[in-house]
Amino acid sequence: MIHKFKMSGYNIVLDVHSGAVHVVDELSYKMLDFIDGHMTDQVPRHIFENLSEYNADEIVDSYNELYILYEQGLLFSEDDYEKFAKLMGPAPIKSMCLNVSHDCNLRCEYCFAAKGDFGKGRCLMSAETGKRAIEFLLEHSKGRRNLEVDFFGGEPLMNFDVVKQVVEYARSKEAEYNKNFRFTLTTNGLLLDDEKIDYINREMYNVVLSIDGRKEINDKLRVTPSGKGSYDIIVRKYQQLVKNRDKDYYVRGTFTKYNLDFADDVLHLYELGFNQISIEPVVSDPNLDFSLQEEDLDKIFDEYERLAKEILKLKKNKKPINFFHFFIDLNAGPCAVKRLRGCSCGNEYIAVTPNGDIYPCHQFVGMDDWKMGNINYGSFNFNMKKEFSSINIYRKEECKNCWAKFYCSGGCSANNLQYQGDILNPHKLSCELEKKRLECAIMIQAALAEN
Amino acid sequence: MKHIKTLNSGMLKKSVAKGCGECQACKTSCTVANQKC
Repeated sequence: MIHKFKMSGYNIVLDVHSGAVHVVDELSYKMLDFIDGHMTDQVPRHIFENLSEYNADEIVDSYNELYILYEQGLLFSEDDYEKFAKLMGPAPIKSMCLNVSHDCNLRCEYCFAAKGDFGKGRCLMSAETGKRAIEFLLEHSKGRRNLEVDFFGGEPLMNFDVVKQVVEYARSKEAEYNKNFRFTLTTNGLLLDDEKIDYINREMYNVVLSIDGRKEINDKLRVTPSGKGSYDIIVRKYQQLVKNRDKDYYVRGTFTKYNLDFADDVLHLYELGFNQISIEPVVSDPNLDFSLQEEDLDKIFDEYERLAKEILKLKKNKKPINFFHFFIDLNAGPCAVKRLRGCSCGNEYIAVTPNGDIYPCHQFVGMDDWKMGNINYGSFNFNMKKEFSSINIYRKEECKNCWAKFYCSGGCSANNLQYQGDILNPHKLSCELEKKRLECAIMIQAALAEN
Repeated sequence: MKHIKTLNSGMLKKSVAKGCGECQACKTSCTVANQKC
């Protein structure tokens, strides 16, 4: 299977099952329409007939180059991954989203956590529950050495003392269990101060700083309980944190129907001094005013292309910028097994609520039918884990023949469930956006390779 | 090649030889391809 597309003057061909990317001239691009996936060393007659506007020698020349790639396994390569997908089973749990706070000091309109409490009432995690969660992870991670814990919510800095106690407890167990804990924290920034910034920059392997971009955009939906915007409070704090940081970070925002010109928000964040940026589409009930609709797709596609060109301009001028959804490694990246499996929620990854309830991931929190157990009661549904472990792109009819399957890995199970009614049925709008972002990411690589 | 420029040598098939499970912004648009081995 191949996928070909044109963007910014480039004719690009992705060989789906090898991952090879080719930039081709117009003749080769057209010729691929007349090749059904099997090639011989002779140019088929119908190709001459269908490309009669071209010189016969040129056609032979172009065909021969395509045939060389075919022989090398870099064009129309075979899909031989399904056998690996069928071998997949339960894996150790090695990653945990720790919802230390089901409370928040913002009331963001689009929040999937129902403005902080996941619809279950405002509460904070105790240190005891946090430590039990770490013990659960140590026990269930088996031979895995790298373990990840993400402090999330709600707003985790509303329970900062517990964050510190959990980190200290986990660190005290690293040598004994031969583990390497990597902590992440996602914050809206309101409670950041010198002490917290220093702590985060010392202990957190990654930090996600929420901000939507321009002041008028951020303050439209990211508001305090009294309706006041958050931009003026958080920007200076984020700049201080990033200035003093030598590890990964992302400023991370959401775009909605209100800012389909979101490239300006990305560029605004860059101008504020941030170069690790993620602005992502809202995923929400399509009936809400700010929700993205199918009718918005053309505008969003144009905007992604505009953003790709702006980022390319910066990169060509040696300006460091990483837009999360345009990051692609055409020479390595995750292995094929990881790509088949995807995020591995409910299998390698779980979320824990303040009262110790376990869910397949942070997006499932609050969905009672998907509760997997409780940290404090020692209960865990291994049958549900086994079900989640069998999820891969070859179990999703819409994904197995999709050209983007090795890059999105079948999409988000929770979104699929919420908006398509089935974990194995991918959320259509997300698919379209993912494919466009992927094309933009590949185009950027093609343009950079030219230089 | 005159008509074609190939950007990479195809990373997927070779990577099968590696799913050790030791690998690590989104929270809503999880994108596995952004990860590092």
